[in-house]
Amino acid sequence: MFPNPDFILQVRGLSKSFSGVKALENVQLDVRRGEVHALMGENGAGKSTFMKILMGLLAPDAGEVWFEGERLTHTSVHAHLAKGIAMIHQEILAVPALTIAQNIFLGRETIHGFWRWLNDTDINQKAAQLLRQVGLSRSPQTPMKDLSVAEMQMVEIAKAISQQAKVIIMDEPTSAITDKEVTTLFGIIRELKNQGVAILYISHKMDEIEQIADRVTVLRDGHYVATEDAQSLTTNALIAMMVGREIATLYPPSERTKGEVVLSVENLSKAGKFENVNFEVHAGEVLGMAGLMGAGRTEVARALYGLDPADSGQIALYGQVTTIRSPKEAIRQGIGYVSEDRKGWGFVPMLSVKENLSLSSLRQFARNGWINTQTETENTEKMAHQLRIKAANMHQKVTFLSGGNQQKVVLGKVLLALPQVVILDEPTRGVDVGAKFEIYTLIRQLTQRGLAVIVISSELPEILGLCDRIVVLSKGKQTALLAQHEATQEKIMHYAVH
Amino acid sequence: MQFIKSLKQYGIVGAFLLICLLLSLLTPQFFTLSNWTIIITQVSINALLAFGVTFVIITGGIDLSLGSMVAVAGVASAMVAHPDTYPVVVPIGVGLLCGLLIGGFNGLVITRSNIAPFIVTLGTMTIGRGLALILSKGRPVSNLSDAFNFIGGGAVGGVPFPIVILIVVFIVCHLILKKTVLGRYIYAIGGNENAAKAAGIEVNKVKMTVYMMCGLLAGLAGILLTSRITTGQPNAGAGFELYAIAAAIIGGTSTSGGTGTMTGTLIGALMIGVISNGLDLLNVSSYYQQIVMGSIIIGAVVLDSWQQRGSRR
Repeated sequence: MFPNPDFILQVRGLSKSFSGVKALENVQLDVRRGEVHALMGENGAGKSTFMKILMGLLAPDAGEVWFEGERLTHTSVHAHLAKGIAMIHQEILAVPALTIAQNIFLGRETIHGFWRWLNDTDINQKAAQLLRQVGLSRSPQTPMKDLSVAEMQMVEIAKAISQQAKVIIMDEPTSAITDKEVTTLFGIIRELKNQGVAILYISHKMDEIEQIADRVTVLRDGHYVATEDAQSLTTNALIAMMVGREIATLYPPSERTKGEVVLSVENLSKAGKFENVNFEVHAGEVLGMAGLMGAGRTEVARALYGLDPADSGQIALYGQVTTIRSPKEAIRQGIGYVSEDRKGWGFVPMLSVKENLSLSSLRQFARNGWINTQTETENTEKMAHQLRIKAANMHQKVTFLSGGNQQKVVLGKVLLALPQVVILDEPTRGVDVGAKFEIYTLIRQLTQRGLAVIVISSELPEILGLCDRIVVLSKGKQTALLAQHEATQEKIMHYAVH
Repeated sequence: MQFIKSLKQYGIVGAFLLICLLLSLLTPQFFTLSNWTIIITQVSINALLAFGVTFVIITGGIDLSLGSMVAVAGVASAMVAHPDTYPVVVPIGVGLLCGLLIGGFNGLVITRSNIAPFIVTLGTMTIGRGLALILSKGRPVSNLSDAFNFIGGGAVGGVPFPIVILIVVFIVCHLILKKTVLGRYIYAIGGNENAAKAAGIEVNKVKMTVYMMCGLLAGLAGILLTSRITTGQPNAGAGFELYAIAAAIIGGTSTSGGTGTMTGTLIGALMIGVISNGLDLLNVSSYYQQIVMGSIIIGAVVLDSWQQRGSRR
């Protein structure tokens, strides 16, 4: 029977193409009242197009969307919101200078009197009530710009509640918040569930699906694959559904050919960021850097790369004490850095694959300031081939590539500058499983060639699977240095919250 | 994507050719060699300024002090260009140096202070005008040597010298942008300054260079103008920056940085020249000409934003 009254949201036969390229084909979805329904798929599987249709931003070419027994035909975010479909965006859309209350009630302000004065007292009261509901202990009059990403997310959820949303779509809500905040978020999700609100939850993280989801729908290449109970689904089975093949083990084995010390750091400190960080990395070794968000891991990396130099302490390369005051100096001395913030610090969107790849090594391909196009093309093509970057051609702009391929371009740019130490900050964030595996394999290849690699990651399985030794930071202080055989998730967490 | 890019380029060329065709039909004088020589000679000053500001706009900046730099360079070079004083290289050197120094000042303040280029160069615009008036004591500087007057008024093998300068400068600027490390860095900084910094590019050094190049070209434009009108005018060049920026924008340079070409800017400058020439030939009052010019600038930007929206899909 269709539409089925058991389901709050039903989708049948949904298709959408962009200039001839099929993004979605015959996709279906059934969401029950009060369930957490995970939507999974690799990048490019069609999730974001699907979400845009559900929130009323895009019109489908074919297919039906039914909400509470009523067919939605009007393509308008406003209309969908009025019916009760709200979305918490991956990148928070808020007006930074306005207060929490003003943001929650933006466009729905309380007004009174002939002159239609704004009534801030009223929205502040209402907002305070909502904030209590989501467990955010902030005054509703706090400006939005003073909040952390996690707190802004809470505000977005509060806004969705205030709009009487019955289905809340969450697009990778945990991608930029700490583990503790994830726990709070999951608490709120369970509370919403109890009130009968359905959550459509998009994530790349397998362990979260296990923790929070009731059912999972998987998309692949724009097609519907299956909907399964989350509890009966193993991680491997889920990965197989997403990539269409089995990946026996996500982490290729290490060859363990540890060489001489390449980089050593002694008592490195920067006021307010981190203090007394000590470690060394050997050639052929992967050193992990674990810790919660804000523990100072990225700050250490940026100091080593000369983006924000440290105040005191020593950095030595091959036993020689050195100073690094700018990325240019870092690159010249053989240090490469792949930023956690790919869009912000990684690539230039309007430049081509070739131009991005050669950005750090352009001087090598130039004489007296003139670029030798042939050498540049040869070298960048070789790198693109080696990293299996999927692009229409070398002249394609990087902004049009998928997240995984963008990450490979950034990695290729760093490698073309011939580093001896590579610092990878969250190298697989926002990257799909297939590309993840390729990046892990690449890290192994780098160590086999004798490079020293530092991996910063918030995903503990990744740290444990890849790294030979693990530095744990907590609130800017180094709390542990563990060898792989003694490290466990529990142990790392113990030191991370120290 | 390649298609949209070429469409954008051809769009400008197409519009340009259409206007030329229209004017040829409307007035017989338009499509003659002598008229075109006049157009290109008139365009040359604006084109030089537009080339300079194109570099700046691609890095994500702006330079509003172009007109004032023209005045300072013009007056300063005129003061050392009297007959039987110095050889002609001295006024040329002085004019270029003025532009270089003011451009360097812009670059220094912008890179050291993090104040928006719009504000800094707005300040320099006023400072420069003051400098030109002080240098000349508020009076035009005339009585210039023949050698100096050749720059704007002479011809080489029948080709007016300003056109020769225009062609040489265009080729140099085009090559800098497309074939050199500096050019690539200019695009990278405008496209994503942080990523450029992280890639090891010395962002401040490149920005400094760009504002100095822009100043240098403004200095050259100042010399050219002074030589053409055979007088150093402290009030010359007022409003020139707007036409230069308009040429760059009509030519497809995005004010948000990261995109733009010298060919586009050249066509943009020619378009402005052709339209004002055509309207002159059609006896349209210069009051109406301003309205037409403004509308074309807005139209070009609207077109650009449409295309950008289209390519983001």
